[in-house]
Amino acid sequence: MRLHASLSELSRALAERNASSVELTETALARIDALNPNINAFLTVERERALESARAADRRIAAGNGGPLTGIPVAHKDVLMTAGVKTTCGSRMLANFVAPYSAFVVERLADAGMVLVGKTNMDEFAMGSSNENSYFGPVRNPWNTDCVPGGSSGGSAAAVAARIVPAATGTDTGGSIRQPAALSGVCGLKPTYGLCSRYGLVAFASSLDHPGPFGQTAADCALMLNAMAGHDARDSTSVAREPEDYTRALSEARGAKPLSGVKIGLPREYFGEGIDAEVASAVDAAVAEFRSLGATTVEVELPAVKHSVPVYYVIAPAEASSNLSRFDGVRYGHRAAQYDDLADMYKKTRAEGFGAEVKRRILVGTYVLSHGYYDAYYLKAQQVRRLIADDFARAFERCDVVLGPTAPSAAFKLGAKVDDPVEMYLNDIFTVAANLTGTPALSIPCGFTRAGLPIGLHLQAHHFDEARLLDVAHRYQQATDWHTRAPEMAR
Amino acid sequence: MALSLEDIQRIAHLARIEITAAEAVEVQRKLDGIFELINEMRAVDTTGIVPMSHAQEMTLPLRRDRVTETDHHALYQSLAPAVHDGLYLVPKVIE
Repeated sequence: MRLHASLSELSRALAERNASSVELTETALARIDALNPNINAFLTVERERALESARAADRRIAAGNGGPLTGIPVAHKDVLMTAGVKTTCGSRMLANFVAPYSAFVVERLADAGMVLVGKTNMDEFAMGSSNENSYFGPVRNPWNTDCVPGGSSGGSAAAVAARIVPAATGTDTGGSIRQPAALSGVCGLKPTYGLCSRYGLVAFASSLDHPGPFGQTAADCALMLNAMAGHDARDSTSVAREPEDYTRALSEARGAKPLSGVKIGLPREYFGEGIDAEVASAVDAAVAEFRSLGATTVEVELPAVKHSVPVYYVIAPAEASSNLSRFDGVRYGHRAAQYDDLADMYKKTRAEGFGAEVKRRILVGTYVLSHGYYDAYYLKAQQVRRLIADDFARAFERCDVVLGPTAPSAAFKLGAKVDDPVEMYLNDIFTVAANLTGTPALSIPCGFTRAGLPIGLHLQAHHFDEARLLDVAHRYQQATDWHTRAPEMAR
Repeated sequence: MALSLEDIQRIAHLARIEITAAEAVEVQRKLDGIFELINEMRAVDTTGIVPMSHAQEMTLPLRRDRVTETDHHALYQSLAPAVHDGLYLVPKVIE
């Protein structure tokens, strides 16, 4: 059976014994063998472990204890700790690090019976928008291997796009799930801050980090979220709330106008300058499609959102400089071979273990937190963060969902932006606000450029309104077929 | 605001990252670009705005002061670059 099917189709095939988990897993492993040399999406392949999990899943299904995800292959971003498996964060610092325990979301998906086939490539410590910052080499976009897949969860996005696995995990600190989802032509969801525990997610910027799923459809993201969400006392920011079924609205019969009553906010700031013309016209066409599905649109204003990228590039590096101080060559990871004394060991270990972008962000973060600059940068950024959050709170009084492009352009060529960090950072212009505010947001495919590269549509909702967000995306996908298109290598 | 090469070396020292003189020039060029982007934010009027340190307005939860973890030191120390008798080894700091 091919892995082009949705999670619910795969689950039905497994329940009806038209496929076994071992067959699905062998298919995924064979596709890694065939395609990974071209796209470098996987850093670790867990062949024996996967087949063993698949056999256990088959037994579980045979015993009648399977759930909707049991027996289905999955891949985890290599920033998520996976007990007994290498977890490198795309860094030389952790090139040989075997995680001693598993992240909450990894545990949850294992409990649901998903079969881990491997760990996916990423920008080092999740810092990047092109996956070119990996110590293990860049990931290539399955739609055009001269192009980047987006980042930082580029390996997971490419693995789903190439139909190697039907779903994968990622993490999103400034757009690292949604931007690669857009550039690789798949769906990616960043849930509300606190909904999915960060336990076992190797920290980049703790107030902005979110684990979340990739899938081919919004409905698949909803199924993944059902398993990934939940309270966890080991993450002090994990929110205790009643579990929800995020798929509950998706199958309601609503006739030809399924989005009647839904108000979509169109921020004028997301439809202005700096957006590629093909992206803008695909997003305009999506707006027309939403109107034909019964949604109404309303113009909203987000005047402070233009400061999102500068605010983000103070807060995220500040938190990173603190979080990454743990990599000192003492308790785990790389240690320099030669050094004079303890201070020299720290300096050489970190100079060798971190790549250029990670070092830049640590330096920026160290500076903005240093004596005399804290108020001017870090405190100021936190104040502007509040203004941005207030803008969204006002917008959500007038609409249910805020819509715009996910990224200002489709995938760009490898190497095109590596020498200009600021130009690279501006890829996050439409995604970072959801991290600063903690609101849920997802990217779904909404068209293609003339060059055949996917375009992503960004939808953002109120805190904890994932069920509606996913329903709005699902209704669009019922009426369009962008999400069903697969790159040549997956056909 | 432009950072001098001395500034770069001072920040690198605070961050405990060794940077060669040649690297410092390149780092300076890129950090200048990044701070040009960041400085745009400093002109925003934030008089009276309460800083937002977190995406959720929540108080940190407390738990009972009870042992919840078992001893993992052997497993965790198996990941360390150098250990001896259950201790992490570092270069000598006291003569």
